[in-house]
Amino acid sequence: MNFSELIASSFEALKLNKVRTALAGLGIVIGIGAVIALVSLGQATQQSVQNSIEGLGANLITIIPGSQATAGGVQGGFGTSETLTLDDANAIASANFPSISQVSPELSRRAQVTAGKNNTNTSIIGVTPTYPAVHNVTMDSGTFITASDVASNREVAVLGPTVVSDLFGTGVDPTGQSIRINKIPFTVIGVTVSKGGTGFGNQDDTVFIPITTAQKTVFGVNYISDISLSASSSNDMTQAENDAGYLLLRLHKISNPQSADFSMVSQSDILSTASSVTGTFTALLAGIAAISLLVGGIGIMNIMLVTVIERTREIGLRKALGAKDNTVIQQFLIESIILTIGGGVVGMILGIILSYIISTAISLPFTISLTSIALAIGVSGGIGILFGWYPAKKAADLSPIEALRYE
Amino acid sequence: MDQISVSNVSKIYKTGDVDTTALDNVSFSVKKGEFVAIMGPSGSGKSTLMHILGALDTPTSGTYILDGEQVGKLSKDKLAEIRNRKIGFVFQAFNLLPRTTALKNVELPMTYAGVDKDERIKRAEELLKEVGLGDRMDHTSNQLSGGQMQRVAIARALSMNPAIILADEPTGNISSAQSDEIMHIFQNLQKQGHTIVMITHEPSVARWAERVIHIKDGKIEKEEGNGKGRKK
Ligand SMILES: Nc1ncnc2c1ncn2[C@@H]1O[C@H](COP(=O)(O)OP(=O)(O)OP(=O)(O)O)[C@@H](O)[C@H]1O
Ligand SMILES: [Mg+2]
Repeated sequence: MNFSELIASSFEALKLNKVRTALAGLGIVIGIGAVIALVSLGQATQQSVQNSIEGLGANLITIIPGSQATAGGVQGGFGTSETLTLDDANAIASANFPSISQVSPELSRRAQVTAGKNNTNTSIIGVTPTYPAVHNVTMDSGTFITASDVASNREVAVLGPTVVSDLFGTGVDPTGQSIRINKIPFTVIGVTVSKGGTGFGNQDDTVFIPITTAQKTVFGVNYISDISLSASSSNDMTQAENDAGYLLLRLHKISNPQSADFSMVSQSDILSTASSVTGTFTALLAGIAAISLLVGGIGIMNIMLVTVIERTREIGLRKALGAKDNTVIQQFLIESIILTIGGGVVGMILGIILSYIISTAISLPFTISLTSIALAIGVSGGIGILFGWYPAKKAADLSPIEALRYE
Repeated sequence: MDQISVSNVSKIYKTGDVDTTALDNVSFSVKKGEFVAIMGPSGSGKSTLMHILGALDTPTSGTYILDGEQVGKLSKDKLAEIRNRKIGFVFQAFNLLPRTTALKNVELPMTYAGVDKDERIKRAEELLKEVGLGDRMDHTSNQLSGGQMQRVAIARALSMNPAIILADEPTGNISSAQSDEIMHIFQNLQKQGHTIVMITHEPSVARWAERVIHIKDGKIEKEEGNGKGRKK
């Protein structure tokens, strides 16, 4: 019996009991489908988080107030200390370090913003004209905050697209309109281009105002919440951290860097932390999916065992007519491999469709990795061999006459 | 030369505490090209003996020598090959592959022997015509009558043109006219040099054989020659 005939006869055997074949295959369909869908979802999440971190700005270093984690000490909450001032930022800027290309002091708070009858609670960021260069912000219409806006504490505001649609509706250009931030009237002078960020720090849901106005007029404080730096290049990141760090230590009259009253976070720090988190997340999803694949495999083994018992007489007859043990094993193995690979391919298609639907629904990038497809097919074939072997061997070990007598 | 030689063969079935002696110290031999009939009452051990001769079962004690080889010492693969090429077995219970056409059933031994597909189909069609089932080739086993199933089983036993044909009641479900046809086929095979061992209840069928072995309670009761067998 040659190979193509073996395959043909396996198909015939599977066709004889369509419902059972379909049910056995379903276990693998669900298992492989889950693996593909969940893994590609995990990867999409990873990709999206990475994109939004990179969207924060190139070679970004953020200086935040509060001490670095000290041994046994309590770490100051993010942005709660009041140790950074506009003078610090100006000092870094006027030092003209070759490693630092841009310095952007920022004061961010949440506040109620109203325009006519509409209102929204959003993040207000007091900025200087360097903000767009550091954070990759571009203007959709109008102009950004200028140096003279900052110098004269003007009540002008630049809106993110989400704020525009919340306050004025989509497609409306609000330039020249008036809004109120904490009841203080501001004139809208521009709108930023959407960055499409999701989740943490949605930069589209933001109102930008001059930092001086934010300090004096709106929030009544004299500190700032952070200083963002753009390093001249990715190679200058460490140098930039050192230059800015030691300058601030000197300004704050702190001799021991361990007791600094500020901390520095670079974009690459955030990126590596986030990608390790999302990597764990992906692995977790894959683990859950793998369990369902295992259950599917056991289902196949169960069905194949039932098949062997049900077909005992047939096996006995085949052996009586000259089928060798190996031929019998091959036949049952091929049946189970057809089942699992068939289920694997269907599951793969289903998984791809599923992950496409989900990623479109929650607007994540749609990614399908070839490795997960290759893995799915390989694994399902492997399951066929693994879980088909025992029933096949059991079938082959029967003595022909005992098998023929079986009832 | 003895093709089949059985000496002191016993078969004891253990069912629970009870031992059933199906064969009790049986010895006999069959020469190459001989046509032997085995007769005996129901339950006397005829089928049990046939299964041993067909390398489908092993005796509890005693030896079985087939073409000079002690069957008990052969590997499983070798036994499968013997069942496939050397022996054509007609089962008392037909044992056709369920839900499978008559043609596919007859093809089966040839499939395991690796005979090429076209040749298989050609040979299976020939054989089915020979046993009078030319118009039933595409019927599945459950669409055939008892007699038809039996004839498919005979065609299948002949498909590999085996040296030895072992037939367990090959005419049990067949009308006497058809049974004469089957006996003619067997007789022709014998003329071509095939060895035939056949179990039967009917003296009229046994008369076709050269020699009749009578079994009772698992023992050989008597052997008698039939002259040169019934000639045409
Ligand atoms: N697997 C088995 N387990 C236990 N006893 C068995 C088994 N097979 C056969 N026997 C017993 O062995 C004896 C011989 O059975 P066998 O089938 O050889 O009889 P037979 O001569 O072919 O009868 P028949 O003419 O009715 O076909 C019977 O008593 C039967 O009950
Ligand atoms: Mg019998």
